[in-house]
Amino acid sequence: MNLTTFFAMGGYGAYIWSCYGLTAAVLIFMAWRARSELKAEITRAQRRSVIAEQQP
Amino acid sequence: MSSHPDSRADSRADSTAESQAAAAPRTGTRWLWFHKLSSPPYAFRTSGKLRPWFLWPALILMAIGLYGGLVLAPADYQQKDAFRIIYVHVPAGILSLQVYIVMAIAAAVGLIWRIKLGHALAAAIAPIGAWLTVLCLATGSIYGKPMWGTWWEWEPRLTSELIMLFLYLGYMALRNSFDDVQRADRAADVLAIVGVVNVPIVKYSVEWWTSLHQGPTFSKLDAPSMAASMAWPWVLMMLAFMLYCAAVTCDRLRTEILKRERNASWLGEQLKELKP
Repeated sequence: MNLTTFFAMGGYGAYIWSCYGLTAAVLIFMAWRARSELKAEITRAQRRSVIAEQQP
Repeated sequence: MSSHPDSRADSRADSTAESQAAAAPRTGTRWLWFHKLSSPPYAFRTSGKLRPWFLWPALILMAIGLYGGLVLAPADYQQKDAFRIIYVHVPAGILSLQVYIVMAIAAAVGLIWRIKLGHALAAAIAPIGAWLTVLCLATGSIYGKPMWGTWWEWEPRLTSELIMLFLYLGYMALRNSFDDVQRADRAADVLAIVGVVNVPIVKYSVEWWTSLHQGPTFSKLDAPSMAASMAWPWVLMMLAFMLYCAAVTCDRLRTEILKRERNASWLGEQLKELKP
């Protein structure tokens, strides 16, 4: 099978690849967002605990 | 409401799983696992450890499933190559319902047994469900154009799935409308539980009403409507989506626990081990 016919998907290429692209985008965004929020929250909590330790 | 002496254990933010176990001497060991599981420090640690075990198998299964679905599976005799959209559309749709069920159960556990982790899990998982619903509606719309000749039709399956999205968004909006976390939990989780009636409506909409949407493709095990070469990539994709969502849930749940356990003493020890 050559690549041109593969990407053409029997004429449905535009529909199929937009679906798969959209899915990839949403899945990657979901994981990235969850990860970055967790990291931000950890940093925040660590900063807070350092401040708490410094207080008498 | 339980008068079980151990049922108060979860309200002690700083209690570790070990001390909870010690606090319930003669009440039977039947529920110990449950309270261990529902203690925030245990859940925080465990979800951090589990995440890679969900994520990597998900990515591997997805890679194999994509190859099987896009390359190995033959074109459908009716829908030709367009049927390949089901490999992302159907897992997103099924998971949008499953995530809602998990969210409603977590909400119920939080409300009935006052287990804080229940509220935290419900809050953590809602955006995942919302995104999956968006994905299901969007890919369904793109699938509909070449198959039905329309992007959208107000028919039972599509309409009820759209209501699913509004339920998720309503849940998140209601939660955000309170400053107080406990009030937000109670209000939003009641909505989550009430909204669960929509799950069977979505699932059986294609059977109860005349629907433009095709019936379930994969549930007829005795008389499969799909050849094995088309079905196995779907099974892998379904598993991959579940594992992937579980991995994202791990991160989101940990964030949610961190936000809720700000002042807990267990947090200090955990934080030292974590890299930002």
